[in-house]
Amino acid sequence: MIRTHEYDAVIVGAGGAGLRAALEAGKRCKTAVVSKLYPTRSHTGAAQGGMCAALANVEEDSWEWHAFDTVKGGDFLSDQDAVDVMCKEAVESVLELERMGLPFNRTPDGKIDQRRFGGHTRNHGEAAVKRACYAADRTGHMILQTLYQQCNKEGVEFFSEYFVLDLILNDGVCGGIIAYEIATGDLHVFRAKSVLFATGGYGKMFKITSNAHTLTGDGPGVVYRRGLPLEDMEFFQFHPTGLYGLGILLSEAARGEGAILRNSDGERFMERYAPTIKDLAPRDMVSRAEFFEIKEGRGAGPNKDYILLDLTDVDPEVIETKLPDITEFARTYLDIDPVKEGVPIVPTAHYAMGGIPTNINAEVQADHAGAVVSGFYAAGECACVSVHGANRLGTNSLLDIVVFGRRGGLAMAEYANANKLPDIPEEPAKHVEDWLAGLFEGGGPEYPAHVRSRLQSVMMDKASVVRTEESLGEALTEVQELRKRYDECRVRDRSKVYNTEITEHIELGYLIDMAEALVVAARARTESRGGHYREDHQMREDDHWLKHSFITKTADGGTKLDYKDVTMGRYVPVERKY
Amino acid sequence: MGMTGEDTELSSHEIDVRLRVLRFNPEKDTEPHFEDYTVKAQPMERLLDCLHKIKWYEDTSLALRRSCAHGICGSDAMVINGENALACKVLVKDLKQPITVEPIRGLPVMKDLIVDMDPFFQGYLAVKPWLITDDHEREPDRERIQSQEDRARYDDTTKCILCAACTTSCPIFWADEEYVGPAAIVNAHRFIFDSRDRGGRERLEILSQKDGAFKCRTAFNCTYACPRGIKVTKAIQEVKQAALFNRF
Repeated sequence: MIRTHEYDAVIVGAGGAGLRAALEAGKRCKTAVVSKLYPTRSHTGAAQGGMCAALANVEEDSWEWHAFDTVKGGDFLSDQDAVDVMCKEAVESVLELERMGLPFNRTPDGKIDQRRFGGHTRNHGEAAVKRACYAADRTGHMILQTLYQQCNKEGVEFFSEYFVLDLILNDGVCGGIIAYEIATGDLHVFRAKSVLFATGGYGKMFKITSNAHTLTGDGPGVVYRRGLPLEDMEFFQFHPTGLYGLGILLSEAARGEGAILRNSDGERFMERYAPTIKDLAPRDMVSRAEFFEIKEGRGAGPNKDYILLDLTDVDPEVIETKLPDITEFARTYLDIDPVKEGVPIVPTAHYAMGGIPTNINAEVQADHAGAVVSGFYAAGECACVSVHGANRLGTNSLLDIVVFGRRGGLAMAEYANANKLPDIPEEPAKHVEDWLAGLFEGGGPEYPAHVRSRLQSVMMDKASVVRTEESLGEALTEVQELRKRYDECRVRDRSKVYNTEITEHIELGYLIDMAEALVVAARARTESRGGHYREDHQMREDDHWLKHSFITKTADGGTKLDYKDVTMGRYVPVERKY
Repeated sequence: MGMTGEDTELSSHEIDVRLRVLRFNPEKDTEPHFEDYTVKAQPMERLLDCLHKIKWYEDTSLALRRSCAHGICGSDAMVINGENALACKVLVKDLKQPITVEPIRGLPVMKDLIVDMDPFFQGYLAVKPWLITDDHEREPDRERIQSQEDRARYDDTTKCILCAACTTSCPIFWADEEYVGPAAIVNAHRFIFDSRDRGGRERLEILSQKDGAFKCRTAFNCTYACPRGIKVTKAIQEVKQAALFNRF
């Protein structure tokens, strides 16, 4: 059955970016939020450490210092106009969340407390600065809950457990979305004057990841299949402290509170890699340092394949009150008490810097020349503004979702109120219906889970922290073979009610697209920058590569790469030392 | 380089894990029934990993909710060996076999381990779970000041992830679906004891009504069930006290 709805604004995704957008749009026009999860299940809730803003509640600070750190942390690939917007609006964004009721930790005099975080410094790199506003080690949980509370207060309409399958585009104008109701198997056409994607990341293409099972690149996947470009897909962040074997995140806040990384000799090896800020260097650098420590035989453990996060010198009171959740993770999942012994950790796939290209008003870019897709917006991890450049600083993702979620909500409401409901093709969901029907037909005996598992291993081994022409070439060949195997798989369960086999099947298709885009873009970039490290091209090459990549799927199933200059500003590229 | 953490001391041997899962497909079945499965898993793996092995490699029709897989999103509350828990937060080594897995109780079963969460969220919304401020107060330019002591007063109840493990472990809730349930009261507590909130009286009035906090008979099931370690029964008692003596 196909049902049709009409709204002014439709938001896909109910994490921080989607909910923040919904708060703005909902006050101004008829708004619906469509999400494949109940809103509070969104992965914003897993963010731990904090949200940076130059409040200067604890130490001297300025938004310009924050902007400098963000640009340098991003290895100068960030668009500096967007960074200025984010860091300037950060202060008001944090205060606004407090006014909405967010329970931040407090200073002795009752102000929002702040702590240190990786790559955030005073006066352009002099020393680490206390800039991260936080609520214990569950800041993301509090942001998600607070925004959900506010959306309920404002009466925002939710369609929970509806899975996006397509974007309606007519002559380049966005006219809504097609979604699959997981509870019934029905298709829904949501006609809208404006649509905003806030679908999150796609870390599930990697074997070891901090990402939820549901982070499969649905939004960017839909966009890519519609022939629209994705930006900077080669830049994927590996967080240096994922629980060994599992990838569950242990926040950088642990190091902000004094934890130290040690190799098998007990050495604080970050002193060699980043003499000034040591363990609080940006994530790409720390993950690489860990990789080389392990590669050179200084990994800890029986197989010398992990690093130890040492919290034994941190005051147990601080561990229990400011880092309670991550302490519990180590105890629950590894049976290790961080108060008493080092926690085995490895780099874990964490955050996509790349995604759907947008400008500072969250308008989606139709090409690398800056044309916009009318009525279409994106915000949060699925988008690429680009504020994070080649490597995102810790805490800047929570900031990004709040700042650009708000901007996107405002912009989409303004657009909706100025435009009529666009015409859409007759039978707009027919092709989706046919596609779904085809998933049950034919096929071999293979379970798609085998394909997914292989994809995750290939991407982890050949396209993660350290890459080469050879590893990326092999990855591409494998991904293309896996796509063929995937196409041969069929959906076995024909039921309509909560058929989560079909949703997982489609999610895997999106992941394969994301993996292909990542590998192709990474192979082309013959330099090292931020999260993209090429062992065969170890230097950053600004003369040639100070530019964003735009990858597009071509009609014949191939890919095309274009490039766009970085928007520069106050900061000229310098060597990145910490 | 071994970045994937395979074949080490920490994750070495696989054992046979036997599971009994309560299945119900509304398109075929009139009654729920148990089905038995055996999967290979390591002792340190999560129950969720075992359920995935069934779903991914044995019976793809098994329906369950899950997302983060580390106890933060609240999707996978289930009745595991008779007790409410998150499938991603209990490990194989800690479970007696065969492991019985059933949907949480007191909410309509939609399919297999998936229940209708709407009545649960309605109970939550009934207590107005958002900061209520006095319209006559000027919105501050900076943050409101809150002392560390005042912040600590409601810290425990901010941890709630709305997984429904507490509410669906409550015998009062099983018997009376109109009861708002422990999770709703926890979320009311989070605001009633927040020094910035002005909606305490409003919420206490709601919770003093017949389907409110006084239905609680302090069975403590909720406190045992909470995967976040919230002292749920204590929070409910504090709300009752506040309602009786108008002190909060």
